[in-house]
Amino acid sequence: MKTNDPLQELARLASENKPETFEQWLRIGMDSGGIAAGAERLLSACRKLVEDHNLPCEIQKSGSYGYAYLDPLVEIKSKSLPPVLYGRVTPEKVSSVTLDHLSAEKLADDHIIASRQYGTALTDPTQSILVLDTSCEEGDKTKFFQSSFQDEIASKLPDSSLSVVRALDMGIYHEGLVVQLLPSRVTYTNVLSRDISRIVTTSLGENKVLKDLLWTKPDPQCRIVLRNCGLLDPEHLGEALARGTYRGLAKALAKNSPDEAIREIEESGLRGRGGAGFPTGLKWKLTREPKADRKFVICNADEGDPGAFMDRSILEGDPHAVLEGLLIAGYAVGANKGYFYVRAEYPLAIQRIQKALEDARQCGLLGENILGSGWSFDAEIRLGAGAFVCGEETALIASIEGCRGSPSPRPPYPSVEGLWGYPTCINNVETLAAAPWILDHGAEAYAQHGTGSSRGTKVFAVTGKVQNAQLVEVPMGTSVHEIIYPICGGVQDQAHIKGVQTGGPSGGIIPENKLETPVTYENLMQLGSIMGSGGMLVMDERDCMVDVAAFYLKFCVDESCGKCAPCRVGGYQMLQLLLKITRGRGSVEDIKQIERICQSMQKASLCGLGQTAANPILSTLRYFRDEYIAYIEGGTAYARKRKKLLSQGESLQQAS
Amino acid sequence: MEAATLPPLEEMDETTRDEIETSVAKWKDAEGNLIMILHEIQNRHGYVPRASSLLLAREMNIPLARIYEVLTFYHYFRLVPQGDHNITVCNGTACYLKGSGRLLSELEKQLGIKDGETTEDRMFHLETVRCIGCCGMAPALVVDKKTIGKNSPMDIPPILEKIRQQEKTHEDQ
Amino acid sequence: MSVTATINGLEVTVPEGTSILEAARQVQVRIPTLCKHQDLFPSSACGLCIVKTGTGKKMPRACATALEEGMDITTHDAELTEVRRATLELILSNHPNACQTCGRNGDCELQDRAGEFGIRQDYLPRRVTDLPCDDSTGSLILDFSKCIKCGRCVQVCQEVQNVWALSFLDRGINTRMAPAGDITLAESPCIRCGQCSAHCPTGAIVENDETATVWEALRDPGKICTVQIAPSVRVALGEAFGLPPGTNLTGKIYSALRRLGFKAIFDTTFAADLTIIEEASEFVARFVEGKGELPLITSCCPAWVDYLEKNFSDLIPLFSTAKSPQQMLGALAKTYYPEKTGLPADQIYQVSIMPCTAKKYELERTEEMQSSGRPDVDVVLTTREFARMIKQSGVDFLNLPDEKADSLLGEYSGAGLIFGNTGGVMEAALRTAFNKVTGENLPPEGINITPVRGLEGIKTATIPVADTKVRVAVAHGLANVENLLLQVREARDQNKPPPWHFIEVMACPGGCIGGGGQPYGVCNEVRQKRMQGLLDTDEKMALRFSHENPEILQVYDEFLGEPLTGKAHELLHTSYQPRPIYQK
Repeated sequence: MKTNDPLQELARLASENKPETFEQWLRIGMDSGGIAAGAERLLSACRKLVEDHNLPCEIQKSGSYGYAYLDPLVEIKSKSLPPVLYGRVTPEKVSSVTLDHLSAEKLADDHIIASRQYGTALTDPTQSILVLDTSCEEGDKTKFFQSSFQDEIASKLPDSSLSVVRALDMGIYHEGLVVQLLPSRVTYTNVLSRDISRIVTTSLGENKVLKDLLWTKPDPQCRIVLRNCGLLDPEHLGEALARGTYRGLAKALAKNSPDEAIREIEESGLRGRGGAGFPTGLKWKLTREPKADRKFVICNADEGDPGAFMDRSILEGDPHAVLEGLLIAGYAVGANKGYFYVRAEYPLAIQRIQKALEDARQCGLLGENILGSGWSFDAEIRLGAGAFVCGEETALIASIEGCRGSPSPRPPYPSVEGLWGYPTCINNVETLAAAPWILDHGAEAYAQHGTGSSRGTKVFAVTGKVQNAQLVEVPMGTSVHEIIYPICGGVQDQAHIKGVQTGGPSGGIIPENKLETPVTYENLMQLGSIMGSGGMLVMDERDCMVDVAAFYLKFCVDESCGKCAPCRVGGYQMLQLLLKITRGRGSVEDIKQIERICQSMQKASLCGLGQTAANPILSTLRYFRDEYIAYIEGGTAYARKRKKLLSQGESLQQAS
Repeated sequence: MEAATLPPLEEMDETTRDEIETSVAKWKDAEGNLIMILHEIQNRHGYVPRASSLLLAREMNIPLARIYEVLTFYHYFRLVPQGDHNITVCNGTACYLKGSGRLLSELEKQLGIKDGETTEDRMFHLETVRCIGCCGMAPALVVDKKTIGKNSPMDIPPILEKIRQQEKTHEDQ
Repeated sequence: MSVTATINGLEVTVPEGTSILEAARQVQVRIPTLCKHQDLFPSSACGLCIVKTGTGKKMPRACATALEEGMDITTHDAELTEVRRATLELILSNHPNACQTCGRNGDCELQDRAGEFGIRQDYLPRRVTDLPCDDSTGSLILDFSKCIKCGRCVQVCQEVQNVWALSFLDRGINTRMAPAGDITLAESPCIRCGQCSAHCPTGAIVENDETATVWEALRDPGKICTVQIAPSVRVALGEAFGLPPGTNLTGKIYSALRRLGFKAIFDTTFAADLTIIEEASEFVARFVEGKGELPLITSCCPAWVDYLEKNFSDLIPLFSTAKSPQQMLGALAKTYYPEKTGLPADQIYQVSIMPCTAKKYELERTEEMQSSGRPDVDVVLTTREFARMIKQSGVDFLNLPDEKADSLLGEYSGAGLIFGNTGGVMEAALRTAFNKVTGENLPPEGINITPVRGLEGIKTATIPVADTKVRVAVAHGLANVENLLLQVREARDQNKPPPWHFIEVMACPGGCIGGGGQPYGVCNEVRQKRMQGLLDTDEKMALRFSHENPEILQVYDEFLGEPLTGKAHELLHTSYQPRPIYQK
């Protein structure tokens, strides 16, 4: 076998597959969320538009930025402006937005999503101004400020062609009127009417920054795993290569022995992002150690937590990064075969992984003699079929083997006896997407983020009663409060927050008074919750905790494999008790029984699903026991009243 | 185990036979193929017909019980055909908090069926999914592959009426 | 390699890989379980056998966790007991509160555990499935509501018996053990061997109890009730009365049957000798005279017959056409016996006591089972049902005097007796075949054909007979049979000489002594003892050759004529047909 330097080989591949550059382009966020919000109709509308008007514009597809609340997204690049991201673009509106932007370079009101990178220096003269009232008080003042600015500019700078545009989202919340100058991205917050003339004279006229209004806080987000999501066409290998994908693999193949690659991951402090947080480097090491004819690596893409969609977004937005991670894992543990175990409910992700595998195989990034290194590895897709429990490693293995996805007792651990009895390493999508970055940038670069034994970044899917439901990637140790308020804009309808559920059906609730806690594996555990895969469900005062506990428990009951009695019967019986309580027919004795069942499930269930299924109940009992008691003491009358209030969407506190 | 004496091959219709033979030939040498083949069958029919399972058991030389153990374990696989119109209620956390439960009960009431069931005339099939990824549009419904966001129970009757009208015009034509 | 660890502070050394559950037994510690069975792999289903290791943070299952060097195991403390009790309460809450009317009342593992834990109150409402019982086979009753999903029946059906009638369907609280895809057990590949019922810890799978039918017949003045008991029943029945496995109770059984009201007591062992005459003649005809195909495969086990008809119907020509001893005895009891005694043949009502649930099905297998003009055997009771009948009758069984069977159909040889264990049919047939070929009996030191004895799943041997060598194979537990049959089929399809000349198959592990209708609690230790009970009796008997049984000689002389021909052919032989499954 002829071997080459993998790095040179990668450079050759990158130049051969270099993506064409276009002066004008339009990119539509074609992830599942975007498509559900109408991105496909958007795409055909754009195609028609380009054809009808003979526009010199390339139409491209991308994954998701993660701004679920702003779907569908369109990014437009015209001749002289930097790319501009538009959100909530309906198929009806897309034609006028695009035409105005491309032919007249006129920005559309109420659709622009400002970049999260805020400038601090006015280098280039300002071309446009974005304005948005973020105070969320009664009466949106954005329009008023827009015309005030226009008037001021007309009077002070009559020759200017500056446009003032109402933005859709600035990434800054509860900071009054926010103004961003483009292209410098200098951003002013809490702008008052009296500041307008200052801004026009000083910043626009003299190109000087107003220090007192300047927004200097750095973006709290840190996109390592989501580094490419939304920025490239996931079905285009060339674009991935251009953004440095497979560089981590090439470096490992060229410079690191498998043991060194493992050490790099160990030193980075990366822990499994699927839920339990087992150190990834150690997992690789344990799989590397046993001697065996064959070994396997598996990418666990059976994301099943209700409300978690980070894995899907990564697979849909940057499949090559995950494949690269799987390759690195394979190289490190000594496997020559890998599987993507993907939820069948994710057809788009499946399609994109399939494309990534084919393209990679074609270019010698997969198959025999990868990047000329002499090392061979191949990967295939295996589909899940709707079983949450298959996220559990032994169940996942059973499922790939074509059996019922029932877990088996451990030991033996998969690292010793896994798929078809061979040592097997299973990593979650997010974990695998982080690994290439670590090998490319070094363990230290990754470990500098985070705190204590929780290093690096974590992606969260924030949903529920939050203003802006979206994907967020922050360094470990960021507080829940910071995620919910500055990043996601706080609670909807200005309602009062009650708590945040983390860890999905295996997790618990962080009550309002604990929101400042930095998010780490240990801290969450101490609060009676877990990191889980990274779902965060924001609940306001109108949400009933007993209901929420029952929702999660019902999920676990539906998803119990039925193999072991504590989980199968325990979950079911406990759900009946919870429903009895929410119907106002419960007794204090029922709570005692619930606690007993919880103990049996935690201690005697065979797998993680059963052992943790009680967490949402224990957690709500710990922080919101009074709600249970209210149902019990208030009886049916209270339950009816409560249900009525919930369905009317009124605040309980207002009512009482 | 040796495939048991199954109903004679001739009784199976030819397309079913071809399908199964093609799928088995395609996946024969791949490890972990059973679930993949079942997916192929379901993609073709919308469900996994019993005749297909029987043939598959014979072609793969595995007991039928093995196939049914798998089919009934995974919620994705169906053993009966779906309705002409499929209504899916998203029951992800965001949709749940925003009232997907009330959407579901309204649909159940209007259609007279429960989650996962099909109306007797096979016109409607109702089911829930964990999350369709449109948390921004919660609570969301998918009606015949089209996502409809921010629904309230009041929106349900017009949605169903529209489909029924469509069906009626179809029939009249 | 061995490992040393402590269990409840007691040091224990066991071979590497021994489970904590097994290791604990060695220091006289019993960890409760509902799902683990000694025959089977742990399914980890019930959650009762949890123990603490080291810090006790996690509670692994003793059944599925191997003891590791230096482990410090606690099997019982307040917390473990409380978790176990709560779990047991959960299991009970999913099980009907119907012990009094259950087939397992008084002999139920779930009842035992509930008793041990002193559960006195239902804290949780009982919520059980309302799926209807499946009684389609006539042999077994599946009561889904009583199933605790331990998985024993499924494992036995799939792994031990390779039948795949039962499977786990659905999941979560709806999990059930049932045939694939909403069909009845009778429409499935089920062969009614009853191993599922023998392994079930509760009343979810029980034999179809027909004791009431027998009582009714006994009270009917228009019926002359006769009875036969199978060889293996006598060494297992005692277990239902607290005696150790293997205790031979033949005399007391005869005595009890007489007190129950049976007019004539026959012994299936007599018919086993008869079967040997026919089958050995068949073998000699095929082996020496070349009349018919080889290997000859035994057919006394109805579950095995069913399995072959369903799964290997192309091999039907290899099957011995000799009926099973039960059916041979039935045929004679309704023809020869009335002819000799002058009793009215149409009033004879034949009951048989069998270790087996499939025997209930055999009565109606083909028209040839009515060779006397009416059903040759009217009803079959399993050993378990028989034990209940004795208890109902008020007979103080253990203190009964020993009695003898009725003559004409009651005398038997040791060869007939060992029909009840794996290898026994082969051994008995070889003893007679040797005589048929050579004209001489085996020498005393050669009567025990040890290579075909024991609990090994597949036993093969080459037995010198005169100047030829007979290649034989013996298999029990149907999972062991497939490989043999595939080799036979391959040789047959390629016109090669058969790998063996004579094959014995018994469906249940250990043969009839481990039958699906035998008293509960079977495992290899018990099977070994029951088998020893038969072999020891054979060893001590003067009569050890079927062809020397005087009553056998008499029946051929006075009634049947020559083996394989005439009346013998008409009454003692049968035929087979393919039986397609999954027809629904």
